Amino acid sequence: MLRYGLFRLLSGLVTLLLVAAIVFVIVRIIPGDAAIILSGGDSVAGSAEDLELVRERLGLNLPIPVQFFIWLGDVAAYDLGTSLRTGNPVLQDIAQRFPFTLQIVLMAMVIAVVLGVPAGVMAARYVGSWGDRLLQTICVLALAAPSFWVGILIILALVTVFNWSAPLFWEPFWSDPAASIAQTIWPALAVGLRQVSLIARMTRSIMLDVLNEDYIRTARSKGLSEANVIFRHGLRNGLLPLVTLIGFEFAALFGALIVTETVFNVPGLGQYVVTSIANRDYPALQAIVLILASIVVVGNILVDFTYGWLDPRVRLAGRSK
Amino acid sequence: MSGMTMQPAAQSASTTRLAAERGTLEKVRTLMRRHPLGTFGAVVLAIMTFGGVFAPWLAPYDPTVGDATALYHPPSAKYLLGTDAFGRDTLSRLLYGARTSLIIGFGSSMLGVVLGTAVGILGGYFGGWFDAVSQRIMDALLAFPLLLLALAISAVLGPSTINVIIALGIPIIPRTARIARAGTLSLRHTTFIEAARATGCTDSRIIFRHILPNILGSLLVIATAYLGLVIVQEAALDYLGAGIQEPQSSWGLMMSGSATTLALVAPWVVIFPGLAILLTVLASNLLGDAVRDEFDPKMSRNL
Repeated sequence: MLRYGLFRLLSGLVTLLLVAAIVFVIVRIIPGDAAIILSGGDSVAGSAEDLELVRERLGLNLPIPVQFFIWLGDVAAYDLGTSLRTGNPVLQDIAQRFPFTLQIVLMAMVIAVVLGVPAGVMAARYVGSWGDRLLQTICVLALAAPSFWVGILIILALVTVFNWSAPLFWEPFWSDPAASIAQTIWPALAVGLRQVSLIARMTRSIMLDVLNEDYIRTARSKGLSEANVIFRHGLRNGLLPLVTLIGFEFAALFGALIVTETVFNVPGLGQYVVTSIANRDYPALQAIVLILASIVVVGNILVDFTYGWLDPRVRLAGRSK
Repeated sequence: MSGMTMQPAAQSASTTRLAAERGTLEKVRTLMRRHPLGTFGAVVLAIMTFGGVFAPWLAPYDPTVGDATALYHPPSAKYLLGTDAFGRDTLSRLLYGARTSLIIGFGSSMLGVVLGTAVGILGGYFGGWFDAVSQRIMDALLAFPLLLLALAISAVLGPSTINVIIALGIPIIPRTARIARAGTLSLRHTTFIEAARATGCTDSRIIFRHILPNILGSLLVIATAYLGLVIVQEAALDYLGAGIQEPQSSWGLMMSGSATTLALVAPWVVIFPGLAILLTVLASNLLGDAVRDEFDPKMSRNL
């Protein structure tokens, strides 16, 4: 396990380094003078001497690889630059917004698991029934619907039925958890609908495989209750692929939230990405892309560790050699 | 005399052609019977493509010119699907939007699949440092949420149709490369590739004549699977203002604006483009499922 873990950690670090390199390259591709762009666009660009000063201050006169390592050093020292728009350190802006995004992602995942797993189990238990067919149809439709459109439809329904409109002020979780959850449930639902369908579908196909196994028949013939057979014997053995799916979908949720947050006006990371792009705030964009991609890399490592923890075969693979 | 000898030959040629034609038709019919949902998908996509290609003739109004006397006009006989904030006809904009969506959808999936295939086959076939380096880069690219990477690239390149195609195509490269590489690796040491090499085939001949045709099925599966995904992401990009710009028409662009305002004032403005996306993505997903079942039944359902 230790060997496996170390190897996984190292390859994760290499990936992180490359992620940083890609982010660095993307921002350097920007057409035009990086000094003008990184210092706030054409509007504040002054004389040639001013630009030269900016260039020197930002280290743009140095060779590109040197620039990359200087930037990497700054990142390692938690200095991700200063936002051109807000004037704050980018990390401070991000820290302020991250809780909202994390909360919605977690809620969406909870919704997806709570709705998806039982639905999939029931569909497999009563395969071919009208309920199963209905679930299949809903899943196919939900997977084709863009999440931001689902968000718009939710707003539309809430406005017309309950005269509810997207809040102007979003309650931070710690100041009033109940109010905060009540507010974020709608964006979580909009963004998580896709994951509900994916999880329901996967649970169904796993359960269909598992329920035909001999040990399930044995469990039934031992006289175990149906719930016991399905959940303790059946679902438990199908847990691995489900954990992998959930892990990967966490990453997908962070991506999908970029649009959904904009629809609901949630002051989270997604909205920060969008406003940074709209204002050509490249230092902020650079930092946030790096952070979101790093979350995904770390998430993937965690999935692999969970895998090793759940499946003794993975954990012991190194030892037998 | 000569006419008499010619006749049977000509007849048999025409009967073989007829048989071949009937064979193709029969094949298509069998395929349609085996995959009714896939057929539905193909038909919907064909209709959408038709609408996009012939938009200038089908659209009742100019999609860029609004009727100042009919702002937010609800659906009526004059404006079948209503009008938007500038009095522009929703139906006409939908038709032109189909053009944008499909050009970008096909364009980026082609770009991504072709480049990804190249990287995957070269890495899998030659191995060595190229494989090691390209695999690491592909891993790193996979770490970016698809929309985030597309947004960043599009923001940097500036919004235009071709840049949106590039922005959405790049995230597909690593996803395709993985599949192409795995396919190449599984073929590399098979007897028929060894035999081809033994008879003196060049590397490029082996790649193009022996490896590529054998993994074409799974590549087609990915291409159709990503078509729907790209169309949704494209709409998202436009919705966020980082993709196609006004006055061009696109489904994502049609929905942008305050959701709450639109819901209160003119829900049709946001409902119809969303339905168009839903239908197109549904169609390409169903077609993709059928293609997968046909070519690669073992492949997982969720890419």
